[in-house]
Amino acid sequence: MHLIRPAILLTTALVLAACGSSATTSPAESATGTTEVGSRPTGSITVFAASSLKGSFTTLGAQFMAANPGTSITFSFGASSTLATQITQKAPADVFASASQKTMDTVTTAGAATGDKVFAVNTLEIATPTKPTTPVTSLADLAKPGVKVVVCQKDVPCGVAAASLFTKNKLTVTAVSEEVDVKSVLSKIVLGEADAGIVYVTDVKAAKDTVVGVEIPADQNVTTKYPIAPITASTNTALAQAFVDYVLSADGQSVLSAAGFASQ
Amino acid sequence: MMRRDRPTTAPPWPVWLPGGLALLFLGLPIVGLFVRAPWPRMWEVLTSPTSLDALRLSLVTASAATLVTIVIGIPLAWLLARSDFRGRGFVRALVTVPLVLPPVVGGIALLLAFGRRGIVGQYLDSCCGVTLPFTTPGVVVAETFVAMPFLVITIEGALRGLDTRFEDAAATLGAGRLTVFRRVTLPLILPSIAAGIVLTFARALGEFGATITFAGNLQGVTQTLPLAVYIGLEGDPNDAIALSLVLLAVSVIVLVALRDTWLRTGAAS
Repeated sequence: MHLIRPAILLTTALVLAACGSSATTSPAESATGTTEVGSRPTGSITVFAASSLKGSFTTLGAQFMAANPGTSITFSFGASSTLATQITQKAPADVFASASQKTMDTVTTAGAATGDKVFAVNTLEIATPTKPTTPVTSLADLAKPGVKVVVCQKDVPCGVAAASLFTKNKLTVTAVSEEVDVKSVLSKIVLGEADAGIVYVTDVKAAKDTVVGVEIPADQNVTTKYPIAPITASTNTALAQAFVDYVLSADGQSVLSAAGFASQ
Repeated sequence: MMRRDRPTTAPPWPVWLPGGLALLFLGLPIVGLFVRAPWPRMWEVLTSPTSLDALRLSLVTASAATLVTIVIGIPLAWLLARSDFRGRGFVRALVTVPLVLPPVVGGIALLLAFGRRGIVGQYLDSCCGVTLPFTTPGVVVAETFVAMPFLVITIEGALRGLDTRFEDAAATLGAGRLTVFRRVTLPLILPSIAAGIVLTFARALGEFGATITFAGNLQGVTQTLPLAVYIGLEGDPNDAIALSLVLLAVSVIVLVALRDTWLRTGAAS
């Protein structure tokens, strides 16, 4: 057990080193504007974000860092449920952006985060290969025999959403594979291995011309809310809160809506 | 028995510290599994449909992969060790690639070769309606791809190290080449074959990256034990820990089996 301590020390040292190097640039900044009362957030944070946020959050992060010199944001993208497990197991996260309220709730009830806010809403879409083997043009096609459908596995938010989509439309869909996250579903479609994949509208948009999207009518579709919260154990709560605020700001929201997220 | 030459070969005392650290580092994660295992719920977790399906599928596919490896891997090892052909060095390097390749990359490579749009897979699909991804045979293909090098390399090494006088003697006494291989060569390298088979089976059983990439994940069809462990982590981490212990137990059994074959090899030479 004594081994854990040096490991933590080493990590802390690395984080401090990172903070130190970025802090060297910021005093020069604040020196010019000494009248400024509010202290600008500096240092570095790690944001744990759902797989489906990869494109938009990468852009958001770059914009935030450009607007706030001396800050550094690192992302860890993955299935929300995986990230939630990592956070409750004390992974060094500062912000958590989840693709489902339920997953966020497991983190907040564990006391690892507080004050989560919904920052985006996503809906589902059917992704099909550019050169279809078995054409899929509607939701009903998914239940046809011989159609290879790929979904997210049941514990991942996109898998939960796909299941409720099928229930809502009284469809019995037998998937050929339950993938670990939404990007894995998409890759199976890009490679043409499956005929249809249930992904988010934003994924189809991000995939550009590598997949063909089949829209699901609003009355048949399901929506997923994306909450975001700073992590209580964060070593840089100021910067963590600043990033959360940025995501919720008009600038942040315009990046998200450009990616295809619906306004709340 | 010769007495160990302590003064010259025994490591000096400062070696104990980093060596001990290394041992702790390797041992603590295993201790963690045991400490955090959901012991009271163990039986319930291990007999759940998900676990039983994964266990059954893992045993079936790993056995099938080992069988395929024996049937086509031993001839390849024989060719590599005993025939002289142009580019043999290149072929040997090619055989070892899956050993060092990240399994996920192996999975992508398999998709590009044997997937529905793959360079070979598209013909399999159009001529015979055979598609490997998302099927149990697909799991066997992924496991065979990553595990076969273990058998080939082990047996090739044994063949190269073999004293050829026994085989020469058999040949001068009139035995054909196949008979020599079957009656003289094979018995001589039997311990290596056994070790290779055990290693292959263990590697196939633990395969994760290539399987989930090439064959996908579906309970009872492609969800092997390692996949069930990974997926379990998303739902109930306790399930994942319980299943991990099953894989750990199998690993220990494999190690014990290997120790026996190694001991026998030691006694034979």
